[in-house]
Amino acid sequence: MKPQDFFEIAIVAAVSLAAAPFLAAYMARVYAGERHPLGFLAPAERAFYRVIGIDAGQEMGWKRYALSLLSFSLVSIGLLFAILVGQAYLPLNPQKFSGMSWQLALNTAVSFVTNTNWQAYSGEASLSYFSQSVGLAVQNFLSAAAGMSVAVAVIRALGARAKDRADEEGGDQSRHTPPFGNFWVDMTRSVLYILLPLSVIVALILVSQGVVQSVSSYVPALSLEGRADLIPLGPAASQVAIKHLGTNGGGFFGPNSAFPFENPTPLSNLVELISQILIPFAFPLLFGRMVGRRREGRVIFSVMFILLAILVWSSVASEISWGSLEGKELRFGKSDSALFAVLTTITSCGAVNSMHDSFSPLGGMIPMIDIMLGEVVFGGVGSGMYGMLALVLITVFIAGLMVGRSPEYLGKKIEAREVQLAMLAIIAPNFIILGFSALAIALPIGLAGLANRGPHGLSEILYAYSSGAGNNGSAFAGLSVNTSFYNLTIGADMLIGRFGVMVPMLAVAGSLAAKRLVASGAGSFKTDTGSFGVLLFSVVVIIAGLTHFPALTLGPILDHFLMTMGVAL
Amino acid sequence: MKTIKDEKRGRKPGYGISRKTLFSAAASAFAKLDPRVEIRNPVMFVVWVASVLCTVVAAAQWIGGSPPDSFVSQVIAWLWFTLVFANFAEGIAEAQGKARADSLRSMRNAITAHLLAADGRIKEVRSSELRRGDLVACEAGDLIPGDGEVVEGVASVDESAITGESAPVIREAGGDRSGVTGGTRVISDRIVIRITADPGEGFVDKMILMVENATRQKTPGEIALTILLASLTMIFLIAVVTLYPFSQYIANESKTPNVLTILKLVTLLVCLIPTTIGGLLSAIGISGVSRLMRKNVMALSGRAIEAAGDIDVLLLDKTGTITHGNRMATELVAIAGVAREELATAALAASLADQTPEGKSIVALVRSSGAAVAGLEDGGSFVPFSASTRMSGIDFPGADGRADPNRAIRKGAMAAVREVVEGRGGKVPAEAMAASERIARTGGTPLTVSVGNRVLGIIHLKDVVKQGIRERFVGLHAMGIRTVMITGDNRLTAAAIAAESGVSDFIAEARPECKLEAIRKEQAAGHLVGMIGDGTNDAPALAQADVGVAMASGTQTAREAGNMIDFDNDPAKVIDVVEVGKQLLITRGSLTTFSIANDVAKYFAILPAVFSGFYAAGGKSPLAALNIMGLATSESAILSAVVFNALIIIALIPLALRGVKLNPKAGASRILRRNLLVYGLGGLIVPFVGIKLIDMLLRALGLA
Repeated sequence: MKPQDFFEIAIVAAVSLAAAPFLAAYMARVYAGERHPLGFLAPAERAFYRVIGIDAGQEMGWKRYALSLLSFSLVSIGLLFAILVGQAYLPLNPQKFSGMSWQLALNTAVSFVTNTNWQAYSGEASLSYFSQSVGLAVQNFLSAAAGMSVAVAVIRALGARAKDRADEEGGDQSRHTPPFGNFWVDMTRSVLYILLPLSVIVALILVSQGVVQSVSSYVPALSLEGRADLIPLGPAASQVAIKHLGTNGGGFFGPNSAFPFENPTPLSNLVELISQILIPFAFPLLFGRMVGRRREGRVIFSVMFILLAILVWSSVASEISWGSLEGKELRFGKSDSALFAVLTTITSCGAVNSMHDSFSPLGGMIPMIDIMLGEVVFGGVGSGMYGMLALVLITVFIAGLMVGRSPEYLGKKIEAREVQLAMLAIIAPNFIILGFSALAIALPIGLAGLANRGPHGLSEILYAYSSGAGNNGSAFAGLSVNTSFYNLTIGADMLIGRFGVMVPMLAVAGSLAAKRLVASGAGSFKTDTGSFGVLLFSVVVIIAGLTHFPALTLGPILDHFLMTMGVAL
Repeated sequence: MKTIKDEKRGRKPGYGISRKTLFSAAASAFAKLDPRVEIRNPVMFVVWVASVLCTVVAAAQWIGGSPPDSFVSQVIAWLWFTLVFANFAEGIAEAQGKARADSLRSMRNAITAHLLAADGRIKEVRSSELRRGDLVACEAGDLIPGDGEVVEGVASVDESAITGESAPVIREAGGDRSGVTGGTRVISDRIVIRITADPGEGFVDKMILMVENATRQKTPGEIALTILLASLTMIFLIAVVTLYPFSQYIANESKTPNVLTILKLVTLLVCLIPTTIGGLLSAIGISGVSRLMRKNVMALSGRAIEAAGDIDVLLLDKTGTITHGNRMATELVAIAGVAREELATAALAASLADQTPEGKSIVALVRSSGAAVAGLEDGGSFVPFSASTRMSGIDFPGADGRADPNRAIRKGAMAAVREVVEGRGGKVPAEAMAASERIARTGGTPLTVSVGNRVLGIIHLKDVVKQGIRERFVGLHAMGIRTVMITGDNRLTAAAIAAESGVSDFIAEARPECKLEAIRKEQAAGHLVGMIGDGTNDAPALAQADVGVAMASGTQTAREAGNMIDFDNDPAKVIDVVEVGKQLLITRGSLTTFSIANDVAKYFAILPAVFSGFYAAGGKSPLAALNIMGLATSESAILSAVVFNALIIIALIPLALRGVKLNPKAGASRILRRNLLVYGLGGLIVPFVGIKLIDMLLRALGLA
C-alpha cells in the first residue's frame, strides 16, 4: 500500500471520529426530549402528534412497541407495493413507465421498508419520479428511523434505573422516565431532528458537486459513438443524501454511486462515505450516554472500530495485491473502491461505487464477511447497535461466569430468557443466509441466475442472501435476481433478517427493563475494560467464523487458491 | 471413597476414586445411553442421534453386502465413546456423591429407638418406623434414631459420625442448641427428642435426593447455559447441513467426486457442537453438591449453590464466627496486697483440670505470661462448673482427709464467689468489685478468684478474634464481598473487634430482628446476602437471605428456614460455601469457553480433509493449503478430530469434579484474565497439538 492509499481513509476516519461524539450528544438530547439546538421545530412535532392522534407522554411496553413497529412496517410495505405496481396511473411519470411485476414490487417494497434497499430493478429504467421520491425516498427516511427507534428503545430499557429509584424513594413510578418510550415519538424525532436536517445539508453539498435534482423528462442526446441515447434525470440528490445517511443504499440510478450523476466528484465521494458511517459511529457513544456509563459505549465503539480497521486494511491490501480495475470506476481506482466496499457493507448501507463481483476472490470475501459478522461492525443506523448488544449479552454470559458470579450486564442479570432471545437474534440471519443459499445452489432455478460457475458462483449466491439477511442491499452482481425465485426468497430473507432480530431484541429489552438492579462491586464482571473489548471482539469473530467458515471455504477461499494456482475455470 | 476423617487428618481431600465408584460409574455410563435419559441434554442428544444414524446406515450397507471399512467402524465407535465418556463423567460425579450419602444412611439404618408412648411407657421400635412428632428417649450410649429436636434434658452428643469432630457437643432443650441429627451418639445423660422428619425426609435422605436430582432438575444457571449450548448446536447444525449441497455443487462444477459422506458430515457436526461442556455440565453441578458435602455442608437446592457464588454481602454473627464464642483469659488483675504469683498459682491450680475453653485459656495465659508458679499442690479434686453454682474450682484435702474449706480455690462470677467468701466470714474488697465492673463495662467477662475466704483478684476473659479470620476477610473483600458483623455488644466493643478482625462493617447493639432488617436493606440496594444462623430468632433472616446456612445444632425452625445446613456448626463455613459457589460458576464458564475455542482447530482438521479433493489435479490441491497441521490423510484427520473430541471429555473429568482453581485473593479481573488465558487461549492451542499428536499416533499404529 502506498501513502496516497491511506489519504482518503485518513480523512474519512478523522472527520467521522471528530463528528461522532457531538452527534451522539445531540441525539441523546433529542431522544430524551431535552433542550437542543433544533428545539424551535418542537411546535411542528407537537402539531404532528395532534394530527395523528398520539399522546407523546404515553409509555409503551416492549410488546406495544414491537406491535407498533410491525404494523407500521406492514402498512408501509402495502403502500409502497401499491405505488410500485400502480405507478402508471400516478403522477410524475414523464417516461411513462409501466407498473412493476408483483413479485418485483413485493421484493422492492420489503427491501426498502427493511432498510435493505436490495434492488432487483434499475431505477432509471423502471421507476417514475413519483415512485422514487414519494415511494422509495420516504421509506429511506422511515426505515432508517425505525432502526434508530428500536435501538434507542433497547438502550433505554438496558439503562432503565427509573424503577429502582422509584422503589427507593417510595415515590410514584410514573413520574420517572419511562424505560421504553413511545414508538411514534422516537420515529418522529429521528426523522425531524436527525435525518431530515442532516439530509438537507448533505443534499446541498451533493447538488453543489453536480448530482442531479430535477423532475424533467430524460434528455435525448447523441453519444460519441453516434448512438441516440437518453440521459436519465430525476430528483436524485435529495434521495442520495438519505440513501447514505440512513444506511439504505438504494441507488437512484442502477449503477448506484458509480454513476457520475449520483457521485460526480472526489468530494461527493468523500461526503457519501462519511455520511454513511456518521450515525452508526455515533450510536455506541449514544448508548454510553443513555445508560449513563460512557466508558461502556467507548469500549463497544473501540471493538467496532478495530474490526473496521482490520477489514478496511484487508480489503484495500487484497485489492491492491490481486485486484484488477475491471468493474471499478477509473475515477476511484482500487483503494477507494475497496474502502467504499467495506464502508458500505459494514454499515448495512449497500450503496456501491464498484462491482464487488469483480473484486479479487479475497477482496470480494471481505464485504461478504462484513455482512456475515451480523452487520454489527457499526452496522446500519440503529440496527448495528441492537445487533451488537445481542453479542454483548452473549459475551457477558459466557465470560461473566468466569469471574464466579451469575452473569450480569449494566447491573441486570442475564438469565435463560435473555440468552434465548439474544441467541435467536444472532441465529436468525445466519440461519436464513445458509438455508436459502443451500436451497438456491441445489435447485436448477437458483443456478439459472448465475453468471459465473464454480466457487465464484457460490460466492454470488452467498453474497445475495447475506446482503438480504444483513439488510445491506448491496449486490455482488453477476446473479440475475429479478426472477420469481430470487425475488421471493430474498424478500423473505430481508424480512427475517430485519424483524427476526428487532423483535427478539425488543423482547430482551422488555425483560431487562423489568429487572432489579444488582449492585456492582469488586467481584462483578467489568464490561468497560479492555479485557471485555478483547472478549467481545473474539465472540463476534468466532460466532461469525464458526458459522460461515465452511461455506466461505468452498466459495471465495477456494476461488482464491484456484486463482493463485493459475487454474482457469 | 475417602471418609471425612481422612481429610481431618490432613490428607488431601479425596478426588481419588475408589474401584467401586468407578465400576458403578462405568455401568451407569452405558445405562444412560437410553434416549429418554439422553434427551435431557440437547447437545448430547444430537450426538446420540448422530451415532444411531451412522450405525444404522453402516449396518444397512453391511446387510446390503458392503461391510464397513476400518475407518467407518472406528469413527462410529468413537462417536459412541463420546457419549459413553460424557455419561461416565456424570456417573462418577453421582457415584461420589451417593457414596458419601450412603455411608451416612447405612449407619443410621435399623437403630433401635425407645419410643415414648402416650401413656408414658417405653416401646422399642425400629428407627425406620418413627414418624414426625414421635417422642423418643435416648440415654448415654444410644444412637439417636432420627433428625429431631431435644425437648427435655441436656446431654453431650458425639457427632463425629457426621462431622468427623471427636469432641462431644452439648445439646439441650429449649435453647438454640436443640437440634440433633440421626446417627449421632448420646454419650452422657438422657434426653427426650421429638422426631422432626418422617422416614425418607431426613437430612441424609435429602442429601441423597439432591445428588439424584442434580442430574434431572437443572438449576437456573444450568438452564440458561443449556439454552446457549443448544443454540450453538443449532448454528452448527445449519452450517453442516448446508455444507452438503454446497460441496455437491462444487463437486459437480469441478468434476471431482464429493468425498463428503453422511458419516463425515455427522462427524464434523459432533466435533463442532459443544460436547465438552455439554458432556460435563451435569457432572460440574453434582460435584458442587459433593464438594459442599465434603465440607460437611448440605445444600438443600442446587439453586442455593449457584446463588452462593453471587453473594456480595455476608452477614456474620460476631460470636463464633469472628471471635471464639468462648471467652479467653487475657489478663490477671491482682488486688492490692496479693502477689501476682499467688493469683497466678491459684488460677492455674483451679484450671488445670478444667476442660472448658475458658479453663484451658487460663492455663495457657498463666504459662505464657511466665509468671513464677509457686508451690502447686498435688492431690486436689476438681469441682466442675455447674449452672447452679456458676463457678468451678479445686478442693484440697485437709488433715482429716476431707476437703479443707480454707484451701479451696474458686473461680466464677463475682456474685457467686462473693457468696462463698462471705459465707466463710471473708469480705470482698471494694477494689475487686471495681475491677470486676470495669472489665464488664468494656464487654469482657470478669472471673473472680478466691482461696478460702480471701479474694485474690480477677481474671479478665474476653472475646478473642479467631486466628486466620483476617486473611479470609481479605480474600472475601478481594472477591468483592462485603462482610458485616452483627453483635449485641456496644459500639465501642464492636468497633474494636471490627478493627481487629478487618470486617468491612458492623451493626452494634443489634436486637435479633436487626438481622432481618439488615438483610432487607442490603437486598433493596441490589445486594445478594448470605448469612449463617442457628437460633429460632434467626429463622426469618435465614429465610430472607439469598443463601441462609443453618447450623445442624440449631433449632428446628432455623434448620427449616435455611437453604443449606452445616453439620460442623462452624459459622465461618459460609465463606467456604461462597467459594464453592464461585468455583462452580467459574468451572462452567471456563469449560464453555474452552469448548467453543476448540472448534477452530477442528475446522482446520476436517475441512481440508473433506475438501482437498476439489479441483485437485496433477498432485496439486487448492484447499490442501488449509491443512496447516499437516495431518497425514483425509481419513486420519477426521479420525483424529473425533478421537480428540471424545478423549478431551475424559481428560477434563477431574477438572469438572474438582473445579477450576480459585484464588480468592485475586479479585474479579485477575481471575478473568487467568481463566481467559488458560481456557480461552489454551482452548485454541490445545486441540491443534492434540489432534496432531493423535494423527501421528494413529499413523504409527496403522489405524489410519
